[in-house]
Amino acid sequence: MLSRSFFLKILSGALIFGAWEFAGRTGVNYALPTFLESMKALIDMTISGLIFKAYADTLRPLVVGVLISAFIGIGIGVWVGLSEKFDWLISPIFIIMQAAPLAALIPLLIMAYGIGLTSKVFVVCIMAMPVIVLNTSVAVKNTPSSVKEMARSFLGSRKDVILKIIIPSASPVIFAGLRLGVSAGFIGAILAELKITPTGVGDIISYSRMTADYPSMYAAIFSIILLAVIFLNILEKIEDVLFKGNNQGYIS
Amino acid sequence: MSNDQVENAVTVKNVYKNYGDVEALRDLSLEFPKGQLTSLLGPSGCGKTTLLKIIAGLLPATQGEVLVNGQQVNKPGPDRAFVFQDFALMPWASVIRNVAFGLELRGVNKSERESIAIKYIKDVGLTGFEHSYPHELSGGMRQRVGLARALSVDSPVLLMDEPFSAVDEQTRRKFQEDLLNLVKNENKTFIFVTHSIEEAVYVSDQVALLLPRPSRVSEIIKPSSFKNKDINSIRKDSEYLDTVERIWKSLRSYVE
Ligand SMILES: Nc1ncnc2c1ncn2[C@@H]1O[C@H](COP(=O)(O)OP(=O)(O)O)[C@@H](O)[C@H]1O
Ligand SMILES: [Mg+2]
Repeated sequence: MLSRSFFLKILSGALIFGAWEFAGRTGVNYALPTFLESMKALIDMTISGLIFKAYADTLRPLVVGVLISAFIGIGIGVWVGLSEKFDWLISPIFIIMQAAPLAALIPLLIMAYGIGLTSKVFVVCIMAMPVIVLNTSVAVKNTPSSVKEMARSFLGSRKDVILKIIIPSASPVIFAGLRLGVSAGFIGAILAELKITPTGVGDIISYSRMTADYPSMYAAIFSIILLAVIFLNILEKIEDVLFKGNNQGYIS
Repeated sequence: MSNDQVENAVTVKNVYKNYGDVEALRDLSLEFPKGQLTSLLGPSGCGKTTLLKIIAGLLPATQGEVLVNGQQVNKPGPDRAFVFQDFALMPWASVIRNVAFGLELRGVNKSERESIAIKYIKDVGLTGFEHSYPHELSGGMRQRVGLARALSVDSPVLLMDEPFSAVDEQTRRKFQEDLLNLVKNENKTFIFVTHSIEEAVYVSDQVALLLPRPSRVSEIIKPSSFKNKDINSIRKDSEYLDTVERIWKSLRSYVE
């Protein structure tokens, strides 16, 4: 089973990269380099160490923002899911946050927090947190009432019901939200570097666009996607280990 | 104090229950003798689950009181264990964790509660499935997990909400016989909800017929004990058939 899904992943990768290579070679657009050119640029950046320096800058707001979004987002989500009052109070904020055009908010953030790390972390959080909060609260609200009742009837306290029933029951949907949130956080981190101050990977992208070094530009974009995919896979593994029975648990 | 305490494990006194405008129970009183199996029998929607949950302390009564061993109760307690109609298993937990969950919530340490759970898993015939997950089990097996969970906390009163409704007819008969053995061997008080007349007559010491909403007890029937008779001949026993017929006649007047 594992090797088959692995094979399919390789196959889909090969298809996408093949199409990219093909599009690059036939010259769909002068700005689109081929896959192999981009990979060469990526290898050059790796050897020169440029990419590592860039990620040292990019990862800081990304990791901080994603961690804040995950912990605070899940916390707020559970809270909102448990209390109707806070649902009314808090949910609209995150729905607006999710729908708001981020580009329009960035000047406000810069005015309030300057062009440093804080503003970038905010951008990551604005991207990542709403989907985490909303997924978590929906999952908490949808905990089957019969299982909660079961825990109460066997003398579970409120805390037992939350920790032993609601959280495990909600965890598949919470993790789905976390995955979406992390993806959005990656976009946020790059967006922050393009819109606030060019640093890290965002700097490589904007600098190489300016100098028309398109292979480097695509190499940088490719590397961020690669990192996101790796990170999401790790998250999936963590979820598998933590909640073994949950994967098929709801198909009864 | 009165000998009520000695004889009745559970007493329901003048209980009313309204869900908003819906009047589910009206002035319902019923006594559950210790060590016996009492069935609650009535048409669907008449308030059987409601009554059971009020006794369990999961739902507040609008009015009236429930005594368990002479003490008024209004919340779940160690003296009552519930078997849920829809099993209410935790899909993310193995059979053994599900069975031991009542003990886990009581703070029994892991090795002790698991050894107790293993005993009851064996009693309900699920040995070998300790580390399976609920989605890997059939409906009947899941119900047995729910039963083992309720048995493992060793409460003197067992509340069972249509425990056999999700299983096929053969399994159902097997379960009924197992239940009779439990009543004989465990010295517990069983409160058993069913909508099957045959089942109620077969397994019960007393059958309480409930009226359609708003529900009260219309009649209490004590089937003479079929427990000492040969299991295979009971279903053909004339007294058994007469009792079934009598209950059916009572209920039919409301259904029509
Ligand atoms: N939470 C609830 N809110 C409103 N009405 C309810 C609720 N639970 C049960 N009822 C109503 O109360 C009546 C009795 O329900 P229930 O106790 O589940 O019946 P039974 O178990 O005998 O089928 C039904 O008419 C049902 O619609
Ligand atoms: Mg019911």
